[in-house]
Order: sequence, then structure tokens, then C-alpha cells
Amino acid sequence: MTATTSRAPLGRRRLRDEVARVAQAFATPLVPGDFLDLVSPLRTGADLRGRIVAVSPETRDAATITIRPGRSWRGHVPGQYIRIGIDIDGVRHWRAYSLTSVPAELGTLTITTKAIPDGLVSNHLVRRAGPGTVIHLDQATGSFVLPPVPPAKVLFLTAGSGITPVMGMLRSRLPELHDVVHVHCAPTRTDVIFADELRTYASSGRLRLVERHDDEHGILDLADLQALVPDWRERQAWVCGPTGLLDAAESHWGAAGVEDLLHVERFRPTLVEPGDGGTITFLGSALDVEADGATPILDAGEAAGVLMPSGCRMGICFGCVVTLRDGAVRDLRTGETTVAEEGDPVTIQTCINAVAGACHLDL
Amino acid sequence: MTLATEPTTLNSRISVDGTSERPQRPAYKSSGRANPAAHLTPAQIEEIGVELDRVRREVMDSRGARDAAYIRRVIAVQRWLEIGGRVTLLGSGVKVKGIRPAFWLGTAALSLAKILENMEIGHNVLHGQWDWMRDPKIHSTTWEWDFVSPAAQWKYKHNVLHHTYTNVLGRDDDLGYGILRVDPDQKWTPFYLAQPLIHWVNAAFFEYGIAAYDLGISDITQRWPGMNEGERAEWRRNASAVLAKIRRQVGKDYIAWPLVGLLTGAAPWVVLGDFIANSTRNVWANTVIVCGHFPAGVETFETDSIEGETRGEWYLRQMLGSANISGSRLLHTMTGNLSHQIEHHLYPDMPSNRYIEVAPRIRALMERYGLHYVTGSLPRQFASVYGRILTYALPNPQPDRSRWQTIRASIRERRGAAFTRSP
Repeated sequence: MTATTSRAPLGRRRLRDEVARVAQAFATPLVPGDFLDLVSPLRTGADLRGRIVAVSPETRDAATITIRPGRSWRGHVPGQYIRIGIDIDGVRHWRAYSLTSVPAELGTLTITTKAIPDGLVSNHLVRRAGPGTVIHLDQATGSFVLPPVPPAKVLFLTAGSGITPVMGMLRSRLPELHDVVHVHCAPTRTDVIFADELRTYASSGRLRLVERHDDEHGILDLADLQALVPDWRERQAWVCGPTGLLDAAESHWGAAGVEDLLHVERFRPTLVEPGDGGTITFLGSALDVEADGATPILDAGEAAGVLMPSGCRMGICFGCVVTLRDGAVRDLRTGETTVAEEGDPVTIQTCINAVAGACHLDL
Repeated sequence: MTLATEPTTLNSRISVDGTSERPQRPAYKSSGRANPAAHLTPAQIEEIGVELDRVRREVMDSRGARDAAYIRRVIAVQRWLEIGGRVTLLGSGVKVKGIRPAFWLGTAALSLAKILENMEIGHNVLHGQWDWMRDPKIHSTTWEWDFVSPAAQWKYKHNVLHHTYTNVLGRDDDLGYGILRVDPDQKWTPFYLAQPLIHWVNAAFFEYGIAAYDLGISDITQRWPGMNEGERAEWRRNASAVLAKIRRQVGKDYIAWPLVGLLTGAAPWVVLGDFIANSTRNVWANTVIVCGHFPAGVETFETDSIEGETRGEWYLRQMLGSANISGSRLLHTMTGNLSHQIEHHLYPDMPSNRYIEVAPRIRALMERYGLHYVTGSLPRQFASVYGRILTYALPNPQPDRSRWQTIRASIRERRGAAFTRSP
């Protein structure tokens, strides 16, 4: 940005701040936005929200949700995810979903979600949420993206709904990619999300598609990768799917000494055997909550009505960090224990830590 | 906010366990008045607790989209009324056939808006009734209301002290707010002679009364010497928070909007309309609140009667220490459902729109156990409250001397004390 263009917005920003300050005097203790939200919840400057405009089925249990974001939406890079806050039975739930749309296309964005058994939000999105529903959004984030100058040889390895961030990349970057192998796993042939689109890419020679259906081929063993993609060690790889696949990929690439080529996207923390649990004291809310050793502190707090800061809910964005005054927590992914002694507080992520002895949190 | 002074008492109220050995209640309180629950055994009181817990669980488990839609609708209506009322007031300069329609219409809309904001929305959101929605905009930790007492200070005084120690003499300052004597077991002083008038001053300026009360301003000079540096700093912080809030509130109602009124030639009418709306809200809120705890039939409790109190006993005290107002659904909404004061005190964090459905069950339960469910129309309940304000302005009658003698003796005593204090 040049000096001349940055000065003008700065002046305008000052003016805007002044106007906001004056408007505030008329609305206190509310903010002017609370009144503007009555008529225009998607306006510029409002908290980012979106309106569902269509829900189209992809498979028997997956659907693509088309969302028109509010005017504060800043766009995304293919492969990134957004967090969606949706009210189900009156309660707001936040989940992260990969974007599958091409940036800036038609002023809408899409996510594709698979209804997992007992998955409250995914089932709601696929089966109950209809056009017109207003939802809450966060700006796109995540580093599971292609570099600006794409690598010469690419391997995509996906399973189930792990296809979604990769589909976002294929739809917008495939013309720049000249040598792509895509290995995709699904339970059956009919469970392949985006099947037609993938097969069209393959038949027109734009990528080599290796479909693996668990019912025909059995669950993919990475030892077979050598046979499926002989030059996999030379390819930059983007891998997304269930935790088991990601763990296997990390050790497989590591064992081959090519972990630098591996990019993974994790959607759920790896859960370990339950710990002991205990009482969490939320100091700011004067609230004691009993939690077991398998429940993230974030979930336990929310269930008790504490307003918990939250983010990706998978341990990568650090949006949920709070101060642990004293106590012990166990990381649900690694089993690692973090201990804070009185007077020596530590910050912890609530979404992936469970209580492992009485905890006092600054919340 | 912790109750560090009495953690054991608090813990015994968390659940009905039926294990604690509780004494049978005596037939009479130490003041000589009948104990309203003396006919119940400790086991029966615990049964009541179990039943009330069951009702609570049923309703709390069934909270859902309809309740969420309800509070959002009330909030939307309130905001439209408020902005509509304020904009209408700006047209008060226009006179039609000798009256100013915009002034009256705008003032009425703004009064309704302020009542809804204070009662069905503010009070209930600050109770955490809507925290379960996990909406940060409708949450007890983020809500601020159109009332000069800052939400955080009010929440402590109200949610923690009043709702835990409801109607316990010496523990619940809400029992007369330190300025009214509404129960014969409260100690009489000559100050209370003025309460028939003081009540109305307090009602008209209720939001300032509450701010002063939450801050604990009335006895600060006595308390100050005993406070440590930290407590004094906290009190100063609270006091400046109140002053800042007053500045913002006054700035909005009596400066910002009237300034716009200057452009439309309605400035003085805007000031007057805002003043009437604030006063209407103040008097209304005060009236509803005094009818919730002070009508005849509501019980008070002795300071030491709550030691080791179980959950069942806490429930019992809430039922006996509150009174309802009967009326239409509109009345319930305009009182913030505090017309269901009994149900509110049993379940302060239950969404207010659900009190109406549990009320018949609570009433049946109380009748089954021979407990008096105090309820009546607004005029009846208020007449009862004001009657008590008049009655207890005077000292209790005593066998050996007339009330007049008590008053004279007390005033003489005070004068004497003043004499001996002066050099």
C-alpha cells in the first residue's frame, strides 16, 4: 500500500471512530449496531453472519450448504476452513468446516458436510437447516493451502469428508497444476462425495484419480501407496481424513524421511483413554463444575452456561486459551499432563484439555 | 464473587441428599410469632425438595428453540419500541388541536420499552436465564442494562445475597432496602416514621436508590474505618463505575437526544418525555418488587434459622418468603414475570416465560403440604404492602407503654446521645 492510499483511509477511519462515539452516546448501554441488526444483520461492519441460500444433497448423508456471507466477509484461500455458529434447539454450536467454493464466486460460499452418527451440527446442517436460516460465521483461516506457486507434482490423499478442503483447491487451482494424483477413500462407491466432478476431472485427463472403496478394496494400508503412486516420495502431499489416516501418514512419511512434503488437516483431536476428571472452578463466574477426564474443559464449561472463548475446537487456532491458576489438565490428544502450581499459572487450550485434578480457571 | 464466609452452608444447598439430620422446627419463632412450617417434619421438607428438583429438571431439559425465539422476539419488540418512541418524541413540537400527540405517544412507547428492558429482559438475562443459549449478546456476563446501577454490582447484591438469603433478617438487605420497615421483627427506629413518604421518593428515583444500595452508600462512613486498603480500593472503583454509568445514562436521555430535539424544536419535550419514561419505569419496577416480598402473608426468617440449611429448607424459605401477583399474560410480561415471584425464587435461572406453566404445580404442592401460596391482584397486593408500610412506621405495641410513649422515649434517647457526643 502506498503512502497516499493509506493516509486517506486513516482519515476516514478517524471520522468513522468519531461518528461511532457520538452514535454510542445515543444507544448506551447498547451499541448502535444492536439497533441496526434489527433491519440489516448482514450489513458491513456487523458481526460476521451469513444466510443459508441452498442445501443440496451430495450423497445419502452429505450435503453442500450454500451461504451468502454478510458484507464483512473478507474472502478465503482454497483449502481454508470457516467456523459456523448455528442455533440448534435454541443453543448455539460452533463447528469448523472446509470451504469448497471458489473464492469470490457469485458472492456466496459453500461448505460440504457429512452427517456423522450422533453429530448434532452435521446432522442439523444436512437434514434440518433450510434456506433462509441466519448463521454466525468467522473469517476463513487455516494453513492447509497450496503455495502461491504450485509445486510440479502433487499428491492428494483424502478419505470420506476429508475431500472437502481438497475440492476447494481443485476447483480453483487445478488449471495451474500439471501433475496431480488424487487417492480418495470412501466406504462404498456411492459414498464418494463429489464423485461426478472427480471422475470428470479424471476422464478429461486433468488428474489421475485412484478411488478406494472400503467394501471392495478394504481399508487403505499406506504400505500399498508405493504400488498405487510409485513416485509418492517426490510429490508434495496434502492429506485430510480421519485421525487414523493422518497418524498413519505422519509416521509413513516420517519413516521415509520425507515429512517435509506432507501437509495434513486435522478435524478432530485424537482422543486418548479417559483420565481422572475433577472439579473445574471458573473463578470469574464463581461456578464449580464437575467434569470427567474425557470431556474437554470447553465442553464442560459451555454445558454449565459459562461463556467460554472458543475457536477451532480441534487444538490448532488457540482461540480458546485461558489461564490455569492452579491444577492439572490432561491433553486429550497426547495424554500429556500440564500442571500449574499456585503462583505459577500457565495458559491452556480448553478445547483439547480435560481436567485431571481440581482446576481454577480465570474465566 | 465468592461466598467465602459460608462455604459449608452453601454446599448443603446444592442438592437434596436426605442425609443431614435436621431438627424439627419449633412452633414459634423467637419473636413469639407462629412458625409457618412447624407442622412439617424434616423428612417432609426434603420430600418437597426432591419434588421441586424434579419439576425444575423437567422444564430445564425442555428448553429449546421456542424459548430462544421468545426472548429474541421480546428484545426485538423492546428495541423497536425504544427507537420508535425516541424518534416520535422528536416530533413533540407539533401541536394538534391543543395537544401534542407525538409527545404522549413517544413517552408511552419509551416507558413501555424501558419497563420491558428492565424487567423481562435485563433482570432475567442478568439472572443467567438465557445463558444456556450460548449467545454472547444475550448472556449474563456481557449484558448491561438501562439502569444506573452497573449490572455487575447489581448481580452481586441481588443474585448472590438476596436470592441466597431471601427474607432472612439481618442477611437479606432487600428486606426493606434499609429504608423501610416492613416486618414487625425488624427493629424500629424513629427514622421509619417517615417511611410512608420515603417509599414514594424511593419509588420515583428507584434506579438511583438501587445504585446507592448496591454500592452500600448509606453506611459507608461506619464501615470505612474497618475496611482494608483492598476493600477501599474496590469500593472506590465501584463508586466511579456508578458515576460513569450515571454520566452515560443522563447523557443519553437528557443531553444527546434533546440536542437532536433542538433541530426539531422539541428539546424540552424530549427531556420531559425521557424523565416521565424513567420515572414510570422506576415506580412500576418498585411496585412490582415490593409486591413480591412485602405483602401480608409473606414470612421472614431469623438470622440463625438458616445455619446448615438443606436444599429442601432453602426451597421452603423461597416459597414462604415470596408473593405472586395474579393477572393477565400482559401483566406477567410487563412485570418481567416477577408476578410469579414464588416460582422465580425457586428457580431464578429458569427462563421467565416458563414460570406460568410451573405455577399451578407449585401452588398444588404448597397446598398439599399446608403452606400458604400468597397471591392476589396488583391493587390488592399493593394495598397490603402500603398498609404494612403505614403500620410498621410505628413501633410494635408493647404491653407496658403506648406507641406514642415508645416514640417519645426513643427520640429523647437519641437527643441525649447527641448531647453527650458533642463537646
